Amino acid sequence: MLSFIAKRVLATIPVMGVVALFVFLMLRLGPGDPATVIAGDYASPADVERIREQLGLNQPIVTQFGKWIWTLLQGDLGISIFSDLPVAKLIGQRVEPTLVLALTTLIFSVLVAVPLGVIAAWKSGTWIDRTIMVFSVAGFSIPVFVLGYMLIYSFSLDLRWLPVQGYKSPFDGLIPFLRHITLPTLALSVIYIALIARITRASVLEVLGEDYIRTARAKGQAESKVLLVHALKNAAVPIVTVIGLGIALLIGGVVITESVFNIPGLGRLVVDAILKRDYPIIQGLILMFSFVYVLVNLAIDIVYTLVDPRIRY
Amino acid sequence: MTYTGSISGGGVRERLADIRRDLFRRYPTMVIGGVLLAVMVVLAVFAPVLFTGDPITFNPINRLKAPSEQFWFGTDMFGRDIYSRTLYGARISLVVGIMAAVLSVAIGLVIGLIAGYVRLLDAILMRVMDGLMAIPGILLAIALVSLSGASVLTVTVAITIPEIPRVVRLVRSIVLSVREEPYVEAAIAAGTRLPLILVRHVLPNTVPPLIVQATYVCASAMLTEALLGFLGAGTPPEIPSWGNIMAEGRTYFQLAPWIIFFPGIALALTILAVNVLGDGLRDTLDPRIAKKM
Repeated sequence: MLSFIAKRVLATIPVMGVVALFVFLMLRLGPGDPATVIAGDYASPADVERIREQLGLNQPIVTQFGKWIWTLLQGDLGISIFSDLPVAKLIGQRVEPTLVLALTTLIFSVLVAVPLGVIAAWKSGTWIDRTIMVFSVAGFSIPVFVLGYMLIYSFSLDLRWLPVQGYKSPFDGLIPFLRHITLPTLALSVIYIALIARITRASVLEVLGEDYIRTARAKGQAESKVLLVHALKNAAVPIVTVIGLGIALLIGGVVITESVFNIPGLGRLVVDAILKRDYPIIQGLILMFSFVYVLVNLAIDIVYTLVDPRIRY
Repeated sequence: MTYTGSISGGGVRERLADIRRDLFRRYPTMVIGGVLLAVMVVLAVFAPVLFTGDPITFNPINRLKAPSEQFWFGTDMFGRDIYSRTLYGARISLVVGIMAAVLSVAIGLVIGLIAGYVRLLDAILMRVMDGLMAIPGILLAIALVSLSGASVLTVTVAITIPEIPRVVRLVRSIVLSVREEPYVEAAIAAGTRLPLILVRHVLPNTVPPLIVQATYVCASAMLTEALLGFLGAGTPPEIPSWGNIMAEGRTYFQLAPWIIFFPGIALALTILAVNVLGDGLRDTLDPRIAKKM
């Protein structure tokens, strides 16, 4: 098992290498001179020259890549072109709202979606199942920003129950925090709930056909125990896998949700950076988000081998 | 058979109605999705006939008018008719969605076939795909667009690239399982050349799952296109798209929520139609996956 874990950890290195190479080449292989593109339409030749110097664009491409990777490995993500602050510091300032929103969404989605999926599988073929599945397809189709505005319209502008936009840290009091985080969490959760409920239903439904479920029922085991202990536990692997793969969806969703609800997190940082073409920030954030995705999926794979004795590599 | 009614008599019209009913009974989701999508396509194609006000020229007298008989979906801050803009927006959305689906399936199919058949390249190609999959698609798309300038083409390409890895994985997995089939071994034993084996035996197996995958890519591409427009990194403002109509409505949301709502609803309905059509196709074309889902 240790050798599997070691292999699995080593396998993330080429993946991150490809990500880094892609992010690196994106700017260099694009049409036009990168320094001019970054500087924008109103830059003076001196500005362009300054950016070229700062990004080291006047060196051979292999040297550039080598130097860049070397500084990356030392934890240095570069310096923002517009604010002259280190990218790592900018990320540090903005990481809390994003992390909090991602966590509340993750917790809320799993709490809602897994029971829904189990019920749908349990009542499979009935109107309950069909209703849940219709909502799941609909939830998968409604864009997070459209939903966000609908929620703002109903709960903030019409009913006046919750604030329209903004963010309050949980460290500054629980009530204001909850009032601000509720709508973004709801908006972002819907697509995730749809995804997890669907896979939970499918996975539990498959397990419910197994012999040991029939045995459990035959020996008079309570139905709740059959569903939760026998079925759900054995159906967990695909569900957890989807939650892990869904992290990509969650990251994309956070970027949009932050823009809709005016939350000063990483999503806003990256959107602002893209509009200003602040390339070091874009690079740094794409790398960081990809790294998180790779790490989460690595962790899930490792947890499987530790928890599920059926998985042996 | 359920055609008994029409066999006993009746004209062509009754028979057609019968077939239609039968189709609906057997594939309800596919029919609902297909019809909804067809309506959207018709609206988009005939936008120049169906529009009720100039979608592009400013008309300050009518700015921020609520939905009414004259302006079905209201007007925006420049007095432009949201209904007409939404109609024209459907064109961008559908064109980008369909082009991204076709492109990613075509490119993914080629890479997937190579990865599945050429051992030497398999490991390298799949690592590249893994890396590409780790980058959040929406970020990759906005970064690509902002670096290469916004046009319908760059937006399509930027949306297509993050969709490719999933197609490649699908094709590769099919190739790997098909090449072990007895009929492929028989073909090899009979001296059939590789290109012919690929075309005659491997390719047909990839078609049904790829059609299903294409619908999902199309839905996801339309969503990403709208997101790009919404974030200000999509098609330029002089081409109305659902995303950039909504982006312009952001500042005026409290005053004029209809600017965001109508294109938003159009977008959600179109994506729903494509998703439902995809689910229906999956159940019909690929019973193996259908059982699992």
